[in-house]
Amino acid sequence: MGTKLNNAAGGTANFVDDRTSIGGFVKFFARKLFPDHWSFMLGEIALYSFVVLLLSGVFLTAFFVPSMTEVHYEGAFETMHGVSMTEAFASTLKISFEVPGGLLIRQIHHWSALLFLAAIMTHMCRVFFTGAFRKPRELNWLVGFTLMVLGLAAGFTGYSLPDDVLSGNGLRIIDGVVKSIPIIGSYTSYWLFGGEYPGGDIIPRLFTAHILLVPGLILALIAVHLFLVFLHKHTQYPGGGKTDRNVVGLPLFPVYTAKAGGFFFVVFGIIALVAAVFTINPVWNYGPYDPSPVSAGTQPDWYILFVDGALRLMPGWLFGIPMEWEIFGYTLSMNILLPALIMPGLFFGFIAMYPWIEKWATGDRGEKHVLDRPRNVPVRTGIGVATITFYVILVLEGSNDIVATLFHLSLNDLTIFFQWAIFILPPIMFWVTKRICMGLQRKDRELVLHGHETGTIVRHENGEYIEVHSPLDEQEVWLRVSHDDIAPLEVAPEYNENGVRRKGYRWDRFKQALSRFYYEERISPVTKAEYDEAQHHHGHGNAEADIQAADAKDADERLTGEWNKVEDEAK
Amino acid sequence: MSTPEHHEEEPVTKNGFTDPGLAHHRPRRADVEPKADRRAERQVAALFGLSALGTIIAIWAYFGLDAGDGSDVDAVHRMNLWIGIGVFLAMVGIGFGAIHWAKTLMRDHEMVEERHALRTSDENREAAIQNLKDGVTDSGLGTPDEAGTGVKRRSLLKGSLITALAIAPLSVLVPQIGNMGSDWNISKFRHTMWGPGVRLTRDPDGSPIKAADVTIGSVFHVIPEGLNDLEHHEKMAEKAKAVVLLLRLNPEDLKIQEGREDWSFDGVIAYSKICTHVGCPVALYEQQTHHLLCPCHQSTFDVSDGAKVVFGPAKRPLPQLPISVDDDGYIVAQNDFDEPVGPSYWTRLKGDSTTEATSVEEESH
Amino acid sequence: MHAIARRRHHKAAPLLLVLALLALITGVAAIAAPSTAAATETASADDIATGEALFAANCASCHGLDAEGQDGVAPSLVGVGAAAVDFQVGTGRMPMQASGPQAIAKKAQFTQDEIDQLAAWVSSLGAGPAVPTAEQVDASLGDAANGMEVFRTNCAMCHGSIGGGGALTQGKYAPSLLETTPTHIYEAMLTGPQSMPVFNDANITPENKRDVIAYLTAQQEGSPGGLSLGAIGPVSEGFWAWLVLLGLIIGATVWVGARSS
Repeated sequence: MGTKLNNAAGGTANFVDDRTSIGGFVKFFARKLFPDHWSFMLGEIALYSFVVLLLSGVFLTAFFVPSMTEVHYEGAFETMHGVSMTEAFASTLKISFEVPGGLLIRQIHHWSALLFLAAIMTHMCRVFFTGAFRKPRELNWLVGFTLMVLGLAAGFTGYSLPDDVLSGNGLRIIDGVVKSIPIIGSYTSYWLFGGEYPGGDIIPRLFTAHILLVPGLILALIAVHLFLVFLHKHTQYPGGGKTDRNVVGLPLFPVYTAKAGGFFFVVFGIIALVAAVFTINPVWNYGPYDPSPVSAGTQPDWYILFVDGALRLMPGWLFGIPMEWEIFGYTLSMNILLPALIMPGLFFGFIAMYPWIEKWATGDRGEKHVLDRPRNVPVRTGIGVATITFYVILVLEGSNDIVATLFHLSLNDLTIFFQWAIFILPPIMFWVTKRICMGLQRKDRELVLHGHETGTIVRHENGEYIEVHSPLDEQEVWLRVSHDDIAPLEVAPEYNENGVRRKGYRWDRFKQALSRFYYEERISPVTKAEYDEAQHHHGHGNAEADIQAADAKDADERLTGEWNKVEDEAK
Repeated sequence: MSTPEHHEEEPVTKNGFTDPGLAHHRPRRADVEPKADRRAERQVAALFGLSALGTIIAIWAYFGLDAGDGSDVDAVHRMNLWIGIGVFLAMVGIGFGAIHWAKTLMRDHEMVEERHALRTSDENREAAIQNLKDGVTDSGLGTPDEAGTGVKRRSLLKGSLITALAIAPLSVLVPQIGNMGSDWNISKFRHTMWGPGVRLTRDPDGSPIKAADVTIGSVFHVIPEGLNDLEHHEKMAEKAKAVVLLLRLNPEDLKIQEGREDWSFDGVIAYSKICTHVGCPVALYEQQTHHLLCPCHQSTFDVSDGAKVVFGPAKRPLPQLPISVDDDGYIVAQNDFDEPVGPSYWTRLKGDSTTEATSVEEESH
Repeated sequence: MHAIARRRHHKAAPLLLVLALLALITGVAAIAAPSTAAATETASADDIATGEALFAANCASCHGLDAEGQDGVAPSLVGVGAAAVDFQVGTGRMPMQASGPQAIAKKAQFTQDEIDQLAAWVSSLGAGPAVPTAEQVDASLGDAANGMEVFRTNCAMCHGSIGGGGALTQGKYAPSLLETTPTHIYEAMLTGPQSMPVFNDANITPENKRDVIAYLTAQQEGSPGGLSLGAIGPVSEGFWAWLVLLGLIIGATVWVGARSS
């Protein structure tokens, strides 16, 4: 850097600092440390796809007309000539066909939306399985959870904007679901659509929600989310030198400026590549919205599929009992309410509340900054896998017609299978995952106590064969022994010594039951005493084995040498 | 705050083991071999160069390619593809370049920073609480140790403030929300355009259908006569309720429902196309099994047996439209549906009185 | 390929007059016969005889020697018309190889001449819809915009928005139309094979049928957005978003997080 440039930079820095005291911030942020791990970048994918969404969205608003006024299409796309449609649909066609590169931006926008939610959910899974939601990060888990819900809202409102047949039928389903709400359902439908479905207001209303309300909230919450990340400092994976009282990593400037900054361009670039090569949401195929037609493969974007799947899964008649109830002449549609409102409510409620549920079971009040290895918390990992199984079954049921055609199955059989699977598979997956985790923990204990298998077999003089094990180094040992061994909670007795019943006893009993569910069955990490004893035991055996191994190696080398000689001679 | 590497702190112990501390830093090839260092530098520069090339490609595509007027699918595709590839290269060139730089050439010694408990100190907390208490006292909202009329006045203050705050939003929300629902007349769900003598016409062109046109195994997608004359939004709202499927089965296969003996003729029968589940158009007709399938949630209705539900999430049969033939041989409706079409709602079975009232009102207008 | 198909259907034209005459004489299913079914030559008695022999050898085991079908095995073919034979045999659905939820399209087992002979014999048993003329299925004469409206009202619910196909109940499905010839599309509408309803000329006029063909042919130009991922809607898009898009980017994160050697 030339002196001139340096002087200019210094001058600017002076000017700004004199007026903003930014120096303090720069001092604080520039050398802030971030641990290095690929899984810590999943949240960044979500953030960057949101930035791409904002950039491409601004471009789209320059051409999109959020209006339901009827026009007869006279634009470039020939298969639509003269067709009656709304301005919203006509302007979407204009973006796609008449604005050079407009279709690319539309596709970038839509692919980014799919990626945004996929990345959020993957990030949530990472946070869940490593226990990064524990104190002090419960609030940030809630903020992230809210961002996920807002992401769904952003996606759904945007999906409907082109006013095509596909998304129109999606809105119609929303209308049907809203109408099923007791007492206020019909009025809520009128409120949403500005009168009787579909009305003339829904597109402008969704547009405002999609470009102002929802992204505004998302931006605000992203700010809170990141602020809390800075405040809490990043979590780190277990390992030597990494404790709950420190953070080990590389500085924001320059390493993470380059890595994370560069990563934005990578995300943007890959989205652009996919958008350039693959069609997404070809609205010109679906045609403008009309309440009569519908096409095979009428499905929402993937992130709403689980609700659609639940709606498909729920039978209207269950063992001959109708699921639409008539109570005092009022209609209560459990076949809609249960899958479309109650199930998502409970499912999301469980996800949002999870940090507290686990806290009740654990009873630990300390700050946790070192992450868990998923195997060390078998019950949590099992719950996670069971939850994912539940979700995936709903998504598959939401795609059952596609699955049926792809694999030549009957969609009726698939639905019946999933109706049972939704109750049976998650518990099975929980159990299997828990067992696998405990197996891995046992394996860790074996490794710590007996070392790595070397593959070298030695024969004792008495004819016994043994395999030589090499001990783990101290870093490898620490990784496998440094987690907490959590025992189930003990609760104070119901009655005190005076025979008076204690307040809060039942709550304690609940927490204890929960705690037993989590920690009753567990594999404790190796203690130093066990380790020392194993070392002591191996001490003799190893020395002997080492000598024999060396002998065996010598013999092996000798034989190889002789063999080579014989081979050479043969040539 | 952050000190490089060997940070002196009391070592952590767990289960009797002592934290071995950070693993030793392994130098990278670029750290020790000047050749590798120079190679990495060249690679980074090449990636940045690739980015510049990508920008050029994107701009070339925009100006150089002929997009036509948008009617040529190939031209539109070519334009999007090449701009997209340009953007891809322009972005990943910068991205991979910067990351490669960070990975190979920037100092990679891990550093340690201490964490501080998030809980503020006890003194701080006490001071904060005291400040709040002082504020409460200053405001006159209440000091716990004070008794008599003062407390009364303050509780009055509190109560009135909370009430005012709670209801103030209504002053804005009620008019706003009130406007958003248009006329709130939900009895519209009960009425469609069908009525005595209204002809069944083809969707979308609106041409009437002769009874003889409907051969066995046929399905006609039907709208009421006159629908296409309506203004766009009204048309959409009416169409959303009024669409009908007109089918003809072999009369032997058709089980006529009790009380509906004269609602169909010669196996020609008409059902609402709107699903009784959540309102999708139920349109997949399998003429051999006489099943109607909804593509949204796969409710399946048996047309030969009163459109009863045979599978899926719907509970109620599709409403049947009573039809007959007029003097010119065209198929007409005998009447409107005798129940609201589409998904269920809270007052679906209620409000026959409101229906009457509304229809009287409409007539008087 | 289309050109060849068209030329062959010229050969089938002689059948049309026979059909029209039979329709008049017997008065059976007159409505279903296409109004444009006019031709100048008659099917030769030879063709009918060869067709009968072919039928006896390949079809009679299920449909019976007199083509009157067997309950629960195969339907009667009296009155199904040449269009049905041309469609079922021409798309390889018949002869069926194995029973299943529905007959599967496969490579046709007979040459077009043999199919024409079969059709001649079957239509000699009772009149039915005839094979359309080349003009009736000429996409260039159709209006794709109108075709789109007709298609999405009458067809898209089963076959998907551009004919990518879709599922029906109990393992049945509406096949993809992306590779189907215009003649077979026309014949399917006219005859309503298997689960498909019949769309007679009073329901979808011959002009509208041709418009549908024009719309479907326009889809074969490809999508302006790039590869269409099967044109089956948001499910495949979501699948690709996870597999390719998130997959590539997570691949990149692993590289970012990996230590340089």
